[in-house]
Amino acid sequence: MLGILVIIALAAPILAPHGPETVDADQVLGAPSLIHPFGSDVLGRDVLSRVMFGLRSSLLVALSSVALSCVVAIPLGIVAGYAGGWADTAISRTLDMILVLPALLLAITFIAILGPGSTVAALAIAVIYLPILARVMRASTLVVVRNEYVIGARARGAGHFRTVIGHVAPNALAPVIVQASVLSAFALQLEAGLSFLGLGTQPPTPSLGGMLSDGRDVLTQAPWVEIFPGLAIVVAVLAFTFLGEGLRRAFDPQGVTS
Amino acid sequence: MMNARFAFVVRRVLLTVPVLFVMSVIVFLIIRLVPGDPVRTMLGFRATEANVIEIRSQLGLDQPLVVQYLDFVGGIFRGDLGTDIVSKASLSELLAQRLPVTFELTGLAMILAIAIGVPLGVRAANGGRRIRRLTEGFVILGISIPDFWLGIMLVLVFAATLGIFPPSGYIPFVDDPVQNLRYMALPVLTLAVGEAAYFLRTTRAAVEGVLARPFVGFLRAKGLSERRIVGGHALRNAAPTIITVIGIQVGVLLGGAVIIETLFALPGVGRLIVTAITQRNYPTIQIGVLAIAAIFILVSLVTDLVVGMLDPRVADGAST
Repeated sequence: MLGILVIIALAAPILAPHGPETVDADQVLGAPSLIHPFGSDVLGRDVLSRVMFGLRSSLLVALSSVALSCVVAIPLGIVAGYAGGWADTAISRTLDMILVLPALLLAITFIAILGPGSTVAALAIAVIYLPILARVMRASTLVVVRNEYVIGARARGAGHFRTVIGHVAPNALAPVIVQASVLSAFALQLEAGLSFLGLGTQPPTPSLGGMLSDGRDVLTQAPWVEIFPGLAIVVAVLAFTFLGEGLRRAFDPQGVTS
Repeated sequence: MMNARFAFVVRRVLLTVPVLFVMSVIVFLIIRLVPGDPVRTMLGFRATEANVIEIRSQLGLDQPLVVQYLDFVGGIFRGDLGTDIVSKASLSELLAQRLPVTFELTGLAMILAIAIGVPLGVRAANGGRRIRRLTEGFVILGISIPDFWLGIMLVLVFAATLGIFPPSGYIPFVDDPVQNLRYMALPVLTLAVGEAAYFLRTTRAAVEGVLARPFVGFLRAKGLSERRIVGGHALRNAAPTIITVIGIQVGVLLGGAVIIETLFALPGVGRLIVTAITQRNYPTIQIGVLAIAAIFILVSLVTDLVVGMLDPRVADGAST
């Protein structure tokens, strides 16, 4: 399911029947039809095409934020788990500070400082998930470093860097990948929420949350303007949730991520 | 035992101090981290130099950073939270008007979510395959549906189509309790559904865990009814886990309230923050974020203390 959504998002310029900004003045708030299968919005723009392009920007923000979070969290988690001692305490306590504020409030605080936009939204979401992913990586590293092959590598004279890169990291990554896929579902919801508030992806770039915000005033005349973008979010979130569950069963049966 | 519990309470309360300090620093830095000159960003390009200097002085931005921070914290302790740059209203008064709305929304949503999620979770833990599948479906949908979209769909059905509830707006409880509850019905339901799904999942897992313990087999052998085992023993043993998750989810509810207040035009703190961001009204953003973060931290403290009181192992573990 997720694969189909990603293909739709990537190939939106080819697959979409109309441009996301193409205005059809005769079809203002037009009901779903053969020409506009999801209907058209208050400016006569095709809702299906905008959902495809909106999915593209929402997925881009969600996936890039989780990827960015992983890039920072994985080294921090490995260092905390492998080195222990003061390095572990310093990293863990610093990351705990991020959890002082509720997630959405922290994202809003970031946007209040840096201004609205998809890049800032992605950055904010990445920071929010940093402590969660780093904790999972740390926990996974703590399990892996006790294995005999790691102790053996050290006994054979391998340096810390080589041990971590060659033995610890590859074997400790699976729970982080599982957690990242679960967090992608939440990141998608968070991005949609921020765009709904006008703080995420900015017009004219279509976003699913932004479409829901725009369509509120015409809810009774044209419910399709609200129904289809919302359904797209639900389907995408479900796809990430099922992927996460599948990966958890396959890679993390011991439940480091649960 | 009493000493261990007292030590636990003292330790947990003291742990809140650095958390409050970090939170105050984050909130204090909001205005100071704005790229460029925050006062010019706030006032726009039409602001005169005299305006800029006046506001900079009013916000204390012309003072050294340490002095600014001490003034900021001192103001909070004195109840002097500053002034809204746009409306010129006192932020203490603004907060006093807005907080009850946010409290009512999140409080009622929490009560409704617990009333739905916990009993269904208990039922799912010791029920048949059918109830387990139904509750699993509710959990997946409840977690996957964004609350603001659920709110829009509820408005479409219950306000626009059936006309049972108003689509948006607010009437204070003291003015008209019945109308207040009519206006709050859809926002509360919107916020509660996702939380109920979390509570259901947590309760089911916690009660299942307790039911798998050996002492439950002993109770069954004694001839206790399943109802008494689940209601009297399993739920009581699972309570610390459920209460911990409820405490954590308060943060999610407060975050959700920001969106739901905007969606339903409720004059709460969340809507205040969103409006302030669009106006670049930094003092109001600071105080709004401070209020919600402080509530979140205090609820976390109370939750941990309650769990410590309910489960002596938590208090004992903390004191050793």
